[in-house]
Amino acid sequence: MYVAVKGGEQAIARSLELLAEARRGDPAVPELELTQIREQLRLGVARVMQEGSLYDEELAALAIRQAAGDMLEAIFLLRAYRTTLPRFGYTLPLETDGMRVRRRVSGTFKDIPGGQVLGPTADYTQRLLDFDTTPPTATTSAEAPLPAEMPRVLDLLEAEALIEPADADSDPEPLDLTREPLTFPADRATRLQNLARGDEGYLLGLAYSTQRGYAESHPFAGEIRMGEVDVCICPEELGFSIEIGSITVTECQMINQFHGGNGVPPQFTRGYGLSMGEGERKAMSMALVDRALRCDELGETAHAPAQDQEFVLSHSDNVEASGFVQHLKLPHYVDFQAELSLLRTLAKQQAADSGEQPLHAAGGLHA
Amino acid sequence: MNALLKVRTLGHRYGQRVGCEDVSFDLYPGELLCIVGESGSGKSTLLNTLAAQLAPTSGSVRYRQRDGAWLDVGSLNEADRRRLARQEWGFVTQNPRDGLRLNVSAGANVAERLMALGERHYGRLRNIARGWLERVEIDPARIDDMPADFSGGMQQRLQIARTLVTHPRLVFMDEPTAGLDVSVQARILDLLRRLVHELDLAAVMVTHDLAVARLLAARTMVMQGGRVVETGLTDQILDDPQHPYTQLLVSSVLTT
Amino acid sequence: MTPRYNFAFLDEDTKRMLRRALLKAVAIPGCQIPFGSREMPLPYGWGTGGIQVTAALLGPDDVLKVIDQGADDTTNAVNIRRFFARVAGIATTERTAEATLIQTRHRIPETPLREDQILVFQVPEPEPLRTLEARETETRTLHALADYGLMHVKLYEDIARYGRIATSYDYPVLVDGRYLTSPSPIPKFDNPKLDHSPALMLFGAGREKRIYAIPPYTRVESVAFEDHPFDVQQWDERCALCGSGESYLDEVVVDDRGTRMFVCSDTDFCSQRTEAQA
Repeated sequence: MYVAVKGGEQAIARSLELLAEARRGDPAVPELELTQIREQLRLGVARVMQEGSLYDEELAALAIRQAAGDMLEAIFLLRAYRTTLPRFGYTLPLETDGMRVRRRVSGTFKDIPGGQVLGPTADYTQRLLDFDTTPPTATTSAEAPLPAEMPRVLDLLEAEALIEPADADSDPEPLDLTREPLTFPADRATRLQNLARGDEGYLLGLAYSTQRGYAESHPFAGEIRMGEVDVCICPEELGFSIEIGSITVTECQMINQFHGGNGVPPQFTRGYGLSMGEGERKAMSMALVDRALRCDELGETAHAPAQDQEFVLSHSDNVEASGFVQHLKLPHYVDFQAELSLLRTLAKQQAADSGEQPLHAAGGLHA
Repeated sequence: MNALLKVRTLGHRYGQRVGCEDVSFDLYPGELLCIVGESGSGKSTLLNTLAAQLAPTSGSVRYRQRDGAWLDVGSLNEADRRRLARQEWGFVTQNPRDGLRLNVSAGANVAERLMALGERHYGRLRNIARGWLERVEIDPARIDDMPADFSGGMQQRLQIARTLVTHPRLVFMDEPTAGLDVSVQARILDLLRRLVHELDLAAVMVTHDLAVARLLAARTMVMQGGRVVETGLTDQILDDPQHPYTQLLVSSVLTT
Repeated sequence: MTPRYNFAFLDEDTKRMLRRALLKAVAIPGCQIPFGSREMPLPYGWGTGGIQVTAALLGPDDVLKVIDQGADDTTNAVNIRRFFARVAGIATTERTAEATLIQTRHRIPETPLREDQILVFQVPEPEPLRTLEARETETRTLHALADYGLMHVKLYEDIARYGRIATSYDYPVLVDGRYLTSPSPIPKFDNPKLDHSPALMLFGAGREKRIYAIPPYTRVESVAFEDHPFDVQQWDERCALCGSGESYLDEVVVDDRGTRMFVCSDTDFCSQRTEAQA
């Protein structure tokens, strides 16, 4: 029962018991182990880490279990925990050039130096439900190891001056959106940070809209790569960088046509997406939305939702969105009472004006 | 008499491309100046630069305020620009939908600028709004109707009422009759001529149509390729155009 | 108290950041101050702004009261009170007069507040102009220039359409003659309590990352027209429990034939009166 007037404390206690019971399910069935979630639901773990802004597979698995598989709730749990963690410092930018690639594909050239590497992808599975248990599969080793460094597809275009140059050193120091409020207009680094934390479904929908004529940017998947990168920090007292571990990331560099404008000649332009773990759909969506949001800088007319940075960035966060949509469950009866009174007053007034009796004379308050 | 607006070698560039350049003139109180040219001649760029909606890339615009002080329009901060736009200037856009608030009633549209200036008496606002609707030949009984329910000509007259209600000293108009039927145009031009005279307004109006200038303006500037090619009394320009481009424009007016 | 978390949950650096924002807010009454809102263990829209403000203010000797819709026993109020009892171990109360700090959603207590009390409001949407102008860049400019004609356009439309101002809660106020401010979704019945209040009033919007304040004894006017002045709700009925004729009443539907009962929304106020009468 929905208790709003009295007995709230006890009702909450009972509700928590029911939640715990429902979460556990049939006690005769063994409880999921975190290693099972980590190992067998790795893409769910990746999404929770990415949108929870915390790379910790163990905690993400814990959050998924505690949230009974509700990914947004798991993301929320991880974020709330993350807030309480001390901030020791900021890492250096990830060097995805030096990624130990496990997957790398390009939609722009048939073959590229370093080759197309499919890696573990569901792209070419036939989506037939597999009713058998999954037996351990023996994988086949490659005849030769992958090259240690894979050149970027976009660098090849840059060498020919066909794509806008990217100068990472000219990037401003990014703002930390978990410490500073978002303000507008937001620069690209801030926008990318917001999109990286943004809801995958929301970004997917926005990205899709850009392909359907709402801010068409003629995209090509220049390069998508997934693999491990080193994470380095440079403590002030040391003055040189040290590696503190490595993480799995997926990076998407989108190539977009551009007809020239704002003093920039016609050339290819870039959209960028990065996601923790294997998160190709997210990285690609992010890259498309990133490019759409660059409309002002490139002198393009902004007419579509995906080009409106206040719209896109203000509504991307699923923890914020979920909380605010669901807060409508909270009691609003003081406000509702105020609205009721107003409507009754207006009805009475209208009845008086037209010389008729109001339909319901009930309700004793007037504004 | 003291000028209201002093424009000197004014120019605005979009990157490398010239919008308008080397424009100089003075505008006096009560004077209506027409800027005539075809699309791409730089007349709208000039208007927007005069009205501080674009920053000049060369030259200057100076405006004499009500209190007599001269302001450098090109270097106004946002606060001063908005204050000026609210208290002393008006801007009438070509498409009335750009200048109106479409989701509120005609009365609210007329009353908005008064409320922005601090008028806080509903009854007085209603009376003034009704008076202005009447003045622009809209039935005051339609005060609570939405602008979307009005015809294009009515919408433009509503925009004029909304702009003039605060008695601005200087009004900028961007082809206010261009999107309308010829018969509707004539009525609005007639209305504008009357109001400019009654309120002793100074105005700068952009138009591609010399016939409009002939009807309204004592003085006309002809623009081509971002530059002023001819300027003078409208009658003089029409009777004895000097520049070949003006001659072309005049001959096209006379044949229609 | 949960030892794994800092006193009142937030770390001291975050509290310092919040206090700086609060000081700035008090210095510029009614002005929305952006702050680095943290992700709290309660959902956005459920009081995260109020909770952060409260966490930044709480000391071990404070006595906390939390109300939602005027009542101490509504589920969300209970949950927030439980949260602070757990992470700060402070004393809590349901008595308005006993509290040093009151966190509220949607009401101001009927019992007059004192100089030694602070009222913290939970705010879902800090921007009073938001429903009229969606863009933050534009509303910030309007505030900077005190350009509030738009607000009166809305009031004008109300009167033109309904014959009266049709805002019954979250009724905008002008603070200290300068900033147009949302009082949070309190019924307009409570607006007069904002004016020259002896207690400090602080407003926290967690999701929107804004803090603002009404310092003690500040002039707070509810916007209106000279010939359509601000007024508040009044009832024909009295509270069915305590007989109050001057408090904000909740309507309770008691059967399926539409019979209604009116009771005080402020449960502490009501029970104090009932006890005094017994």
